Amino acid sequence: MKGKEYISVARGDAEGQARVAATAAQKPAAKPAEPQPEPKAPEFKYIGKPTARVDGREIVTGRAKFTHDIKLRGMLIGKILRSPYAAAEIVAIDLAPALALPGVMAALKLAEGKVRYAGQQVAAVAAVDERTAEKALALVKVEYKTLPYVVDWEKARDAGSPQVRDDKPNVEKINEYSRGDVEKGFAEADVVVERTYRTGFEVHNPTETHGSVAVWEGDHLVVYDSTQGIHGVRDGLARALKLPAANVTVIKNYMGGGFGSKLSLGDYTVAAANLARQAGRPVKMLNSRRDNAVCVGYRPSSHQTYKVGAKKDGTIVAFSLLNYASGGIAAGDDVAEPVVDIYKCPNCKVEEHTVFTNVGAQRAMRAPGHTQGAFGLESVMDELATALDMDPLELRRKNYSARNLGDTGLPYSSKGLDQCYDLGAKAIGWERRNRRPGEGSVSGPLRRGIGAASSIWFGAGSPGTLADVVLYPDGSVEVVCGTQDIGCGTRTHMAVVAAETLGLEPKDITVKLGNSDYPWAPISGGSLTTPSVAPAVRDAALKAVERLKAVAAARLKVEAGDIVMADRKFASKSDPAKSASFAEVCRDLRRETVFHGERGGMPGDQYAFNTFGAHFAEVEVDVETGRIRVLKYAAAQDSGRIINKLTAESQVVGGITQGLSAGLYEERVMDDMTGNVVNPNLRDYKIATSLDIPEIEILFADIVDPRINNLGTKGLGEPARVPSSPAIANAVYNAIGVHVREIPMTPQRVLAALKRKEAGS
Amino acid sequence: MDKKPNSKDPGGVSRRDFIKGVGRGALGTAVLAPLRGQAIATKKGRVPVYERKSITLTVNGGKIDLAVEANETLLDALRDRLDLTGAKKVCDRGECGGCTVLLDGVPVYACMTLAVRADGKTVKTVEGLAEGGKLHPVQEAFIEKDGYQCGYCTPGFIMTTSAFLEKNPAPSLDEIKQALSGNLCRCGNYAKIYGAVDAAAKKMKGA
Repeated sequence: MKGKEYISVARGDAEGQARVAATAAQKPAAKPAEPQPEPKAPEFKYIGKPTARVDGREIVTGRAKFTHDIKLRGMLIGKILRSPYAAAEIVAIDLAPALALPGVMAALKLAEGKVRYAGQQVAAVAAVDERTAEKALALVKVEYKTLPYVVDWEKARDAGSPQVRDDKPNVEKINEYSRGDVEKGFAEADVVVERTYRTGFEVHNPTETHGSVAVWEGDHLVVYDSTQGIHGVRDGLARALKLPAANVTVIKNYMGGGFGSKLSLGDYTVAAANLARQAGRPVKMLNSRRDNAVCVGYRPSSHQTYKVGAKKDGTIVAFSLLNYASGGIAAGDDVAEPVVDIYKCPNCKVEEHTVFTNVGAQRAMRAPGHTQGAFGLESVMDELATALDMDPLELRRKNYSARNLGDTGLPYSSKGLDQCYDLGAKAIGWERRNRRPGEGSVSGPLRRGIGAASSIWFGAGSPGTLADVVLYPDGSVEVVCGTQDIGCGTRTHMAVVAAETLGLEPKDITVKLGNSDYPWAPISGGSLTTPSVAPAVRDAALKAVERLKAVAAARLKVEAGDIVMADRKFASKSDPAKSASFAEVCRDLRRETVFHGERGGMPGDQYAFNTFGAHFAEVEVDVETGRIRVLKYAAAQDSGRIINKLTAESQVVGGITQGLSAGLYEERVMDDMTGNVVNPNLRDYKIATSLDIPEIEILFADIVDPRINNLGTKGLGEPARVPSSPAIANAVYNAIGVHVREIPMTPQRVLAALKRKEAGS
Repeated sequence: MDKKPNSKDPGGVSRRDFIKGVGRGALGTAVLAPLRGQAIATKKGRVPVYERKSITLTVNGGKIDLAVEANETLLDALRDRLDLTGAKKVCDRGECGGCTVLLDGVPVYACMTLAVRADGKTVKTVEGLAEGGKLHPVQEAFIEKDGYQCGYCTPGFIMTTSAFLEKNPAPSLDEIKQALSGNLCRCGNYAKIYGAVDAAAKKMKGA
């Protein structure tokens, strides 16, 4: 192994940072009242450095309690009966035979009227153990009258297809956007490229399936839930059960993945609470792996037709997008954000439709819409580059924008995408790519290629996020926030920020999160967590420091302004002999003291706040088998100031891997004949394994956003996911000379693309 | 479009359900039920038919007597009867490695192992890896190298790694990849996990 690090990390170059600072200086000044980030390291001891997770020991010893691991005295096991039919009228549900089974303590009807997808909940039972609950489910008598259904979205568009929803036709417009005059733009263009790209249905498949444990304590409901949003689940439960929100507590200590599928209240949680109320005992309700493939969402498909017009020199003059998305009984994702926003273009027109089918509702999945949109847009950019005989990266640089909405809107508060291009291109060896797609050296059936893709995402964080720092008279310190750590290292970054501010070490900080009784924080989704929570912790800790300095000044009989804090000590600047330890000063507080912090606002009316990234992939394609291997990967991210380099790297590694997996393997398949999911497991639904992972290099532009919050930090989770599938697709294009235009790029699709190339279309 | 859905449960019977239903012998529960407490003839001679069986096993160093169902998995026995919840039930059908434990030192998927198969054997779970409060080098390495994200698959990866490094103390990157290929990490942290395995190998060599 020769001591090689499989992950290498580089910082942005000083020149790049100076360039960004210069760009920022030309922009209008921010409101003076806005929180300003403090200057960059070196004065930071922990922020921006790698810190091992504070909860690592819990995880590696198996002591971390996930929702699936919760066991309460008298706890029953709940199970849900789901419709096997994609469309049916429920004539009758008879719970009596189930309730008659010894050990069954409660049962509920969960459906009336029509069921619209296979997997929709019909009834639920709670019994003393899992086996009894399973037997009871088999005893529930349901009389269905089956109805015609459609699960294929392309068929669902046809006239005469069964209507999925009673309230609207199968095709519905979900987005429309226009600026400038696209027809005029295309008329002025020297080159026009029109292409269609498709993305499939990607299932979240978190390792911990969705589930809840509900227990009533008098009229107060406590729910342990595998969720990304404890406050939202609390409010949703209160509404569903007609309870005051104050009487509901939602707890999530550890969670085995969510990726967007656990953002809001689940119907299984409501069922668990109702069964628990009926039985007067706690109820644990966990989804099976199969349930997770049929009723808790997936990334909706897209069918994107782009038309792009450009001048000979690469200047883009018009973009149009027509998209058909499908999200089952719910609307699909609007995928237009990347084309509307990222490249300079005066004329842009978008029309998007959703197609309803008899399939469970989609749910947000890591960068919803952007992931699909970036695949289409970044692919057509590369096909346009070929038509222009231009370097694809040069084409992107040529159309670089300093303002959002294709350079027609607000200036970006900070944008390090150009720096990401430089860092990534250098790391991958961009100059090694085939100058034109498919024109590389040939080694038997193997072809190599290099491709790139850019991303834009939100990730500014939520103003109003709250966090408390609590100082105890014994000198211990607690940080409390009603956020969730879903694996991104939130506990650790809270400890890092508090320790940094209070002059302590991260291990000195006790972190409390994952309880809806704690101060409000947003969902852990949308790349919101770090830029919401870290600034709130920083604010609270700064207030604590101010108070501690005043207390130290009183103890040392000096002015508060004379106190400096370092190395767990408060000392007088003018008389360094006068000093008091952190613990001594805390003792003077006499009781625990709480400092409230809040993440402040942003000048959103003056600036656009976005995150950026550029990914680069090198692949090898076997043109006989159609198999793709990713050899090397470089990811460069602009997410503002990085709080914890170690966990930030992991987020990027995860984003790349999930994009690789979706780009090459993952696809949920529906069976037309039964209306059911064909691959509701982890064997037939392919997820990347350790054997599929290339050598990865991670680079952070590490720009401190001057206006976004008091730490200058932005989100990272989704930006790291957006450009990975298109970077690989463009590398495949560079290797074989034909774009596959559809993900996952299965061997069949690669071979079909090669046939298309032979046929010359 | 007016198709008649298949009248059978479209989910069908999974491999795991089949194993659960069959129990120890190649006979369905429907056949077994009336025979409970008796003995039946098989190719290997007369085999008693039971629903529950008392087994004795050593778990993380402690000897334990358990009465388990004939078709109960080792995973269910560990999680539900012994409250050892480190091993996770992710797929419950041998597809992901989240439930990996060591049976007489060999990594097995606890969801694919019947509890009765552990009778007289030694089981080690992630809870039993640290000794006297001192973390195993593999555990230390996973913390240092951030070889996890959500942490749900981590106990499985750690058990696989600890057994692997016993067998191959100085693995190459390709060998590490092969060894881990029976464990899925949905957060996609494999590249970090290689680093953790490599660091663990070095720690163990130094120890």
